[in-house]
Amino acid sequence: MCGIVGLHLKTPRYHDVLGHLLSPMLDCMGTRGSNSAGLAIYGEPVPQGFFRYSIRIDGVDSTEEMKSVVTALVEALSDDLSATVTCERLRPDGAVLVAPETVAAVSSCIRTRRPDATVVAFGRHVEVVKDVGAPREICLRHEISNRTGFQGIGHTRMATESAVTTDHSHPFAPYPDLALVHNGSFSNHATVRRRLEKEGITCVTDNDSEVAARLVARELGKGATLEVALKHMGNEMDGFYTLLVATGTEFAVMRDSFACKPLVVAETDDYVAVTSEYVAMTSLPGIETATVHEPMPEEIHVWGR
Amino acid sequence: MGQVTAVAVAPGAPATPVTELDCASMTTREVNATLRQLPPGSTARIVNVQGRHNIAVGLSHHLDIEIDGHAGYFIGALGDGPSITVNGFVGWSLAENLMSGTVRVLGNASECCGATSHGGAIIVHGDASSRAGISLKGAELAIGGDVGHMSGFMAQAGTILVGGNAGHALGDSLYEAVIYVAGSIASLGSDARIEELTEDDVAAVTSLADRAGFDHISPQDVTRVASAKQLYHFDALREQKY
Repeated sequence: MCGIVGLHLKTPRYHDVLGHLLSPMLDCMGTRGSNSAGLAIYGEPVPQGFFRYSIRIDGVDSTEEMKSVVTALVEALSDDLSATVTCERLRPDGAVLVAPETVAAVSSCIRTRRPDATVVAFGRHVEVVKDVGAPREICLRHEISNRTGFQGIGHTRMATESAVTTDHSHPFAPYPDLALVHNGSFSNHATVRRRLEKEGITCVTDNDSEVAARLVARELGKGATLEVALKHMGNEMDGFYTLLVATGTEFAVMRDSFACKPLVVAETDDYVAVTSEYVAMTSLPGIETATVHEPMPEEIHVWGR
Repeated sequence: MGQVTAVAVAPGAPATPVTELDCASMTTREVNATLRQLPPGSTARIVNVQGRHNIAVGLSHHLDIEIDGHAGYFIGALGDGPSITVNGFVGWSLAENLMSGTVRVLGNASECCGATSHGGAIIVHGDASSRAGISLKGAELAIGGDVGHMSGFMAQAGTILVGGNAGHALGDSLYEAVIYVAGSIASLGSDARIEELTEDDVAAVTSLADRAGFDHISPQDVTRVASAKQLYHFDALREQKY
């Protein structure tokens, strides 16, 4: 069992309180998974030609130490890349840096300078926070309730098929502004992972959901729309799943052909909310008058900006 | 504890004390423990449910319970006697393993409603999602609207009445339960077949629709779905393929 939550804001009304609305949703779904959690939050874009890089740096003990580590990393990256690199947000586990959109070059420089650093996500809009522990504590630690933006997706994990580590936590974000969270289990992920490896696409974990994320990423990279990419993923992968996937412009849900894993969608004039269980959306303003429904098996619903 | 005792003021009727339980100030355990302690025949109203799971479960005596608002999973499950009405939607597994009593939902019900229920009546005025009446063991399940895919899966005994349309694989691997559908059937599951409607069937549907309060069903026009009984035994000698 795992829990998924998502909020796609159709109007700017709640942009300033996105994190404040998402935090109790994630906390509530701690009942479906309490060993790790994560969120992808989509805000206003950084300038053209740049990406936000959500970077985790392991083994740093204090805020002060993190501050000096990140300051040094920003200076080093600026030199290495001969480009403007800034720190947008200092986090307890690392930082959000703004650097050129050349992901391979930036990632390579980060790895060289800090072998203990991991690029968790990148894109003009997205920031990804993921961690091990109770969802409520993760939200507090990362001050999620202060985040602003136009959409966010989250996941509470009860691991059933691979280890409980930060890397194994959701969301998986292997493509610019793509983030995917999954409730369920894929049965043929090892086969598909080997197939992807032959194409030069490497997973960093043995997690089944990462394979799905990399398949969607591959299709998006070929120019597919999110809906087409998800259909393709559904054709290649077997298993039980409810997926919640976001990009810089889209927000989508998909259920497997048996609809084994739950999903509730609520829509008002201001937002689309999706959660594993209705109880996780009762904290939202105006939920009493929302249109609530459950997507059918194999249905893909996409909302755009 | 948010427990308040008020008096119902229906004009002309004798005043009945109503125990009001407020989920905003009570845990689910407190709500259920309070219900369990009420004398048989009592009336209770549960408010501010906000999608909470496991409300009014495991009650083994007659109570009249009204749940105000949308509720979560397993509402009224394991009940043996209570009469429960939900003024809203419910989540998965409504009245799972009900033994006796009535559980009525005025909105829609999510997946697996009435799963494994042995007795009593489960009535949903709206739609039910997939796997409605899965492994039914003797209860009556009446859905005013549509049911999703794989409803009646492996149902062993009891009756399912669908006032609207049924989704794919209806009645897959049915045993002795009987399904009546007023609308269309997307597809039948393995070993389910359509059978001729008898006078007894019409009488059974009339009675259940009356008790459910459904006036949109013509009992003589429903479709009867029951087991073809070809999957009861594995018979290698007859070259059955599985």
